[in-house]
Amino acid sequence: MDAADIKNLKATELRLGLPGTHLEENNVIITEEKSSLSSTTPVLNNNKRPLQEETSPANNKDCGSKCSNNNTDDDAAPPPSKAKIVGWPPIRSYRKNSLQEQSEAAGGIYVKVSMDGAPYLRKIDLKVYGGYPQLLKALENMFKLTIGEYSEKEGYKGSDYAPTYEDKDGDWMLVGDVPWDMFVTSCKRLRIMKGYEARGLGCAV
Amino acid sequence: MTHSGSSLPDLPNSTSTSGPMSEIRSPPPDRVLEIVLENVLHFLTCRRDRNAASLVCRSWYRAEALTRSDLFIGNCYAVSPHRATSRFRRVKSLTVKGKPRFADFDLLPLNWGANFSPWGSALADSYPWLEKLHLKRMSLTDDDLDLIARSFPSFKELVLVCCEGFGIAGIASIAANCRLLRVLDLVESVVEVADEDEEVMDWISCFPEGETHLESLMFECVDCPVNFEALEGLVARSPFLKKLRLNRFVSIPQLYRLMHRAPQLTHIGTGSFCASDDVAVGDQEPDYASAFAACKSLVCLSGFRDILPDYLPAIYPACANLTSLNLSYADVNADQLKPVILQCHKLQTLWVLDSICDEGLQAVAATCKDLRELRVFPVNTREEVEGPVSEVGLEVISQGCRKLQSILFFCQRMTNAAVIAMSKNCPDLVVFRLCIIGRYRPDPETQEPMDDGFGAIVMNCKKLTRLAVSGLLTDQAFRYIGMYGKLVRTLSVAFAGDSDQGLKYVLEGCPNLQKLEIRDSPFGDAALRSGLHHFYNMRFLWMSSCKLTRQACQEIARTLPHLALEVIDSQEDKADDHIEILYMYRSLDRPRNDAPKCVTILQ
Repeated sequence: MDAADIKNLKATELRLGLPGTHLEENNVIITEEKSSLSSTTPVLNNNKRPLQEETSPANNKDCGSKCSNNNTDDDAAPPPSKAKIVGWPPIRSYRKNSLQEQSEAAGGIYVKVSMDGAPYLRKIDLKVYGGYPQLLKALENMFKLTIGEYSEKEGYKGSDYAPTYEDKDGDWMLVGDVPWDMFVTSCKRLRIMKGYEARGLGCAV
Repeated sequence: MTHSGSSLPDLPNSTSTSGPMSEIRSPPPDRVLEIVLENVLHFLTCRRDRNAASLVCRSWYRAEALTRSDLFIGNCYAVSPHRATSRFRRVKSLTVKGKPRFADFDLLPLNWGANFSPWGSALADSYPWLEKLHLKRMSLTDDDLDLIARSFPSFKELVLVCCEGFGIAGIASIAANCRLLRVLDLVESVVEVADEDEEVMDWISCFPEGETHLESLMFECVDCPVNFEALEGLVARSPFLKKLRLNRFVSIPQLYRLMHRAPQLTHIGTGSFCASDDVAVGDQEPDYASAFAACKSLVCLSGFRDILPDYLPAIYPACANLTSLNLSYADVNADQLKPVILQCHKLQTLWVLDSICDEGLQAVAATCKDLRELRVFPVNTREEVEGPVSEVGLEVISQGCRKLQSILFFCQRMTNAAVIAMSKNCPDLVVFRLCIIGRYRPDPETQEPMDDGFGAIVMNCKKLTRLAVSGLLTDQAFRYIGMYGKLVRTLSVAFAGDSDQGLKYVLEGCPNLQKLEIRDSPFGDAALRSGLHHFYNMRFLWMSSCKLTRQACQEIARTLPHLALEVIDSQEDKADDHIEILYMYRSLDRPRNDAPKCVTILQ
């Protein structure tokens, strides 16, 4: 149902529970590949039961033929790197399906944009822009700042800000380093960096 | 037994002792009191008051049963249809609720039950004068709808919320046969529509010709094209129509036409709100804003499916009068929301997506000083570190919208400080539902559990009756709820708590608790037993993926005979005694016989 690209959630997620009570393994089963449901044995915490991931009474054949549970696949192996809890978050299927239809129909590529120091996160649709110049102009308008000129060697000259993005591999890159089409498909989120951090990124190339 | 609208009974033959042949048809003295009582009870409309009145003595019980015209059945399995129709003889309006709420999230097997058919037959036999039927989370077939359509000549109102099992044929039967129909509201229900190669039945054309009595027509969830010409004709000959909610197959130009036909509309659900295939590129599009200006009584807007935000300015003329706005299917950002919301000074109800970000919430807080209900739904339901709304948004709302009574807020991060702020700034809160999508998330600033935040809510919001908790929570949170949540009637818990003690606090401390739904929390048999004194006062208890054993459930079933304990398990032969789902409810009648194989009802 969601885009399939949650790799190892543990690595990217900040989670600091009470020391000693809640271990890092909090029973979310995240594996690269799942060959069958039974091969994932969750790490048990004293106080918590293993989560019923991707199993629900709705799957039971005894309980009727039609299964509207979008969270499970059929008898074939579930897609890899998918960590999904049935019925969580608690949103009615009606609503989920409606939004799903809309976003698929729209075909937009939405990424979050954050700027160091700004309190609010923004969201943009990369599909709307034809290339880097339009994107940068839009960012300048959105955050009321100037970004400066891009140069391969020196990054963004002429301002304190540099637009960066996180790609599918989790690396932070300078916006403009790769061809536009490649950027659009690999960009996960944008971050407008400020100050020396930005310059450092540029020089690392 | 009375058959007319009056409450005077058919008088028995006079047996007055005051004269041998006197045919004075005055009622005997004890009946006088009953007649007076019946007349007085007509004025009692609140069902809780009526329940209290029925407990005074037998004659009050009888009088109340005779005069109750609005019957509310909170759980379709709590009483048999026969028991209900035997006691209440003059019901004109019936509400029945079926499946537990967690069914909405695919936690209940599909064919679990809540079938309307037994109710349908009982109603057809006992209440030929039935006028209104409201069903929620019930399963009803086209035949059921056909029965309704043909059995009640005075039928006026059908409202189906979160129902399923029926299709267009059933709806068509209602349209064709209910000549006095005023309300046909199909809300968030799953309606079977034809497969692609089959022809879609034109149910709109099934409404009879001539002027209709229609006041409300909502078919947003009927997901198939409609005959627009027929729809326009229907609207044109429905002078009393006030509420119209369209599905996504009605385009903006079509909406424009409908609005000009029915400028008296007060509630509009737009169909799709984007560029239409009807309008060729380069064509002059109608002035959509003029339609919104023409509907001077408009107070409620919803729909906005497939929205192209460029069209939002069309609704500006209506904003100043709007009390309710539902943009929760519209992915708009802060900049697109602001020009709209900044005009909505009278707004009381707002449903949005978190795409508006904290910045959008800031705009809401700045303008909507009269806001009573806010719901913020997530576009992205994955468990992430950051999200577009956060404690920042919650806090600004609490500062700007002091009259807030009900909030449902999905987010990826939340702090205790923001929740505490809301508890102090919004003392009128009756419903507080916070869903931090990342499970077991602590306060990101302090790394503490969210206990104190929810504790402040139950402590400071003295009118609170409904609470949903999330984030990292220890037993302490439940201790607060048990201590301060004295008016709480509905509590939703997921992935929370440390031990049995947590649930004990709640079952022992919350005397008004009626609906308790818990999933994936470490509460076990000892906790369940601590509620024995209270279970008969509850409508239901749901516990899934907790630590209950079948044996403990069996014990409870034996101890409390009027409790139905449904154990739902997907696996047949299990090694240990632990159960997946317990759905428990009070019931005056024998256990139901329509349960699927995966459900065992313990007695």
